[in-house]
Amino acid sequence: MTTITVHEEETPFSAVLLYVFCGVAALLSLMATAYSQDPLFRLQGWIFTGAFVLAGVVMTGGITEGHFRQRTDRYQDGVIRAGVIATMFWGVVGMLVGVVIASQLAWPSIFYFPEAGWLNFGRLRPLHTSGVIFAFGGNALIATSFWVVQRTCRARLAGGVAPWFVFWGYQLFIVLAAVGYLAGITQSREYAEPEWLTDLWLTIVWVAYLLVFLGTLWKRKEPHIYVANWFYLAFIVTIALLHLVNNAAMPVSLLNHRSYSAFSGVQDALVQWWYGHNAVGFFLTAGFLAMMYYFVPKRVGRPVYSYRLSIVHFWALIFIYIWAGPHHLHYTALPQWAQTLGMTFSIMLWMPSWGGMINGLMTLSGAWDKLRTDPVVRMMVVSLAFYGMSTFEGPVMSIREVNALSHYTDWTIGHVHSGALGWVGFISFGALYCMVPWLWKKKDIWSNRLIEWHFWIATTGILLYIAAMWVSGIMEGLMWREYTPQGFLAYSFVETVSAKHIENVIRMVGGLMYLSGAVIMAYNLWRTIRMPSATEVDSDAAAPALSTLALAAE
Amino acid sequence: MWKHHAKIERNSLVLLIGIVIVVAIGGLVEISPLFYLESTIEKVRGMRPYTPLELAGRDVYIREGCYTCHSQMIRPLRDEQERYGHYSLAAESMYDHPFQWGSKRTGPDLARVGAKYSDDWHRQHLTDPRAVVPESVMPPYAFLADKDLDYHDMVQKLEAQRKVGVPYTTEAVAHAVDDLEAQADPFDARGPKMKRRYGQTVAQRDFDGDPDRITDMDALIAYLQMLGTLVDFKTYRAEDPANLR
Repeated sequence: MTTITVHEEETPFSAVLLYVFCGVAALLSLMATAYSQDPLFRLQGWIFTGAFVLAGVVMTGGITEGHFRQRTDRYQDGVIRAGVIATMFWGVVGMLVGVVIASQLAWPSIFYFPEAGWLNFGRLRPLHTSGVIFAFGGNALIATSFWVVQRTCRARLAGGVAPWFVFWGYQLFIVLAAVGYLAGITQSREYAEPEWLTDLWLTIVWVAYLLVFLGTLWKRKEPHIYVANWFYLAFIVTIALLHLVNNAAMPVSLLNHRSYSAFSGVQDALVQWWYGHNAVGFFLTAGFLAMMYYFVPKRVGRPVYSYRLSIVHFWALIFIYIWAGPHHLHYTALPQWAQTLGMTFSIMLWMPSWGGMINGLMTLSGAWDKLRTDPVVRMMVVSLAFYGMSTFEGPVMSIREVNALSHYTDWTIGHVHSGALGWVGFISFGALYCMVPWLWKKKDIWSNRLIEWHFWIATTGILLYIAAMWVSGIMEGLMWREYTPQGFLAYSFVETVSAKHIENVIRMVGGLMYLSGAVIMAYNLWRTIRMPSATEVDSDAAAPALSTLALAAE
Repeated sequence: MWKHHAKIERNSLVLLIGIVIVVAIGGLVEISPLFYLESTIEKVRGMRPYTPLELAGRDVYIREGCYTCHSQMIRPLRDEQERYGHYSLAAESMYDHPFQWGSKRTGPDLARVGAKYSDDWHRQHLTDPRAVVPESVMPPYAFLADKDLDYHDMVQKLEAQRKVGVPYTTEAVAHAVDDLEAQADPFDARGPKMKRRYGQTVAQRDFDGDPDRITDMDALIAYLQMLGTLVDFKTYRAEDPANLR
């Protein structure tokens, strides 16, 4: 840090560029909105116009007051602070919507409103999935990647105001997608529901994100790129690739919100699940493994367990994950050779997944006592345990004969949530508990007791959730294929629906507990931020294991 | 070997290119053959593009997120074939941009729901699912019957479908609005021309029971009532070598 001595006194060129961009974009949005006959396109147009005008006004003030002048001898942490707050906010919102739709399935007569179609399950479900995956998870990934890449490269984020563009551009994407779902704008591709216009916007933001990340790597003062950054880079690049191919579509017109997929039927199904499974593989796994590779060693003060294991499991993981998509299409009209390939690679995927888990868990060697004393470490270890559990369950469910029972049932939902709540959620919470005191220069989190409460409430909630879904999923799968001694189907479909009522209630309670944990955390972090600042804090945290890695590499 | 990895982890561009190559392989090997292997889609009789009203109904189906709870893919398992009908063929979704196979059955499969229930049943069920099926957890869609179908962009929609490969004729595109209005009214004089374009089996009737207007409900029921009814299974031979995949 001390080696960077250049001070920048002028408003950076990138800020001026962004200012002009906002002006032009506002004008274009307004024109497109005015010319369109399509009410849903106009809704998107107004959101764009509003966002760019607001950005323009704020930047006008910012430039005249000189807020964009940057001290280039410091890490850029402002955008990470904003990212931490956004992560907490969207996390609570996304989980709240999850509790609402769980309640709708448990008590359909209470939680539906015949005149308010935009509150129906079909429109809220994508809001929940995108809310937790892309709004909560995405903000957590962007914020932590900005923290990690700076510390492990010993370089300030590249691109002047570009990181801020990435942050606010991504929030705009979230708002466009969320409002769109409620209004009925969707292309019905699971986990890629936003329509073409929103997709284009995300493409711009994502390319900027990739360039900021790469640019920071290019400025690095460390010869080696730290392992966490391999995973972040794989996540950013592969998500870009998946996003571009899966969203290839023909808009009805340039002033119409609707588009039709470039592919149809079988091909479309495989493209979508190639995307869908790798949204899991690269967004929810590679990205969060990157988080794990920084925050676990940092928090326990130990180097990463094995450098070689990290190399082997990194390349194996990203190579094998891509093949696993067809296991979402067992016994469908997809040709059997593709299903078999998908299943084979899904089973192989078990090994590199556990490579990551083992590397994370064994990093605690010599520091296992922290499991007892530090609830944040406990959270991250439990997260790795859930990662190991769900990456074992996944290969099992990808076996055709198991899938014959589990597909289309709640078992899949339970599987997703053990990964999402257990692994993705807990590792993110762990990272937030680490970063907030560092970012706001505090000694520690405001209350360790509240972290304990968060941990136990959330863990119990996850267990209730996944146990309920195992029971209801396997039950309905068995009921669908149950025959009477006379050879007739034993149950009508609706009997399997009513049989799940109790499990639906338990699932909702589990989700509510998990949400309560997140609210406790938000409160705890807010109190931490408002604590008086500590004078001497180890805030310029460097890569803990970097030196070890570099040594091992020599 | 481990020493060589140092070259990769010291150069971000080498790392980047390595990642792109490694992640590209699986997708290329699995997906691209589906576009040129002729056996991917069976040869069947009866498949046709959606009528404009059905396409509009399909857009309502997508807009409301029906795919989040209903699959349209019957697997070749004994119980599914007895419950829902013949297993789904790849050919049956060849004009589906995007596909609607779904991934979850919170409600039953809909791949062959067409012609199983009356229009009236669908209207009552969509308006208040629990009035017809007390144990149902489905949301109510009463508002669909009050919402006039917006089909000002129907010509453009067919045009876009044609651009992604659906074989609509130039004539069909030009008459998209006529055909849509004709299908929703059993007495419409443009009906025979619409049927000449889309086939004599196309249902031409007032789907939502309200003859004065064309609503989202009309379009959605028209779509639901044709699901799975197109392929002529009398002429389809599953054991034919051309259909074994």
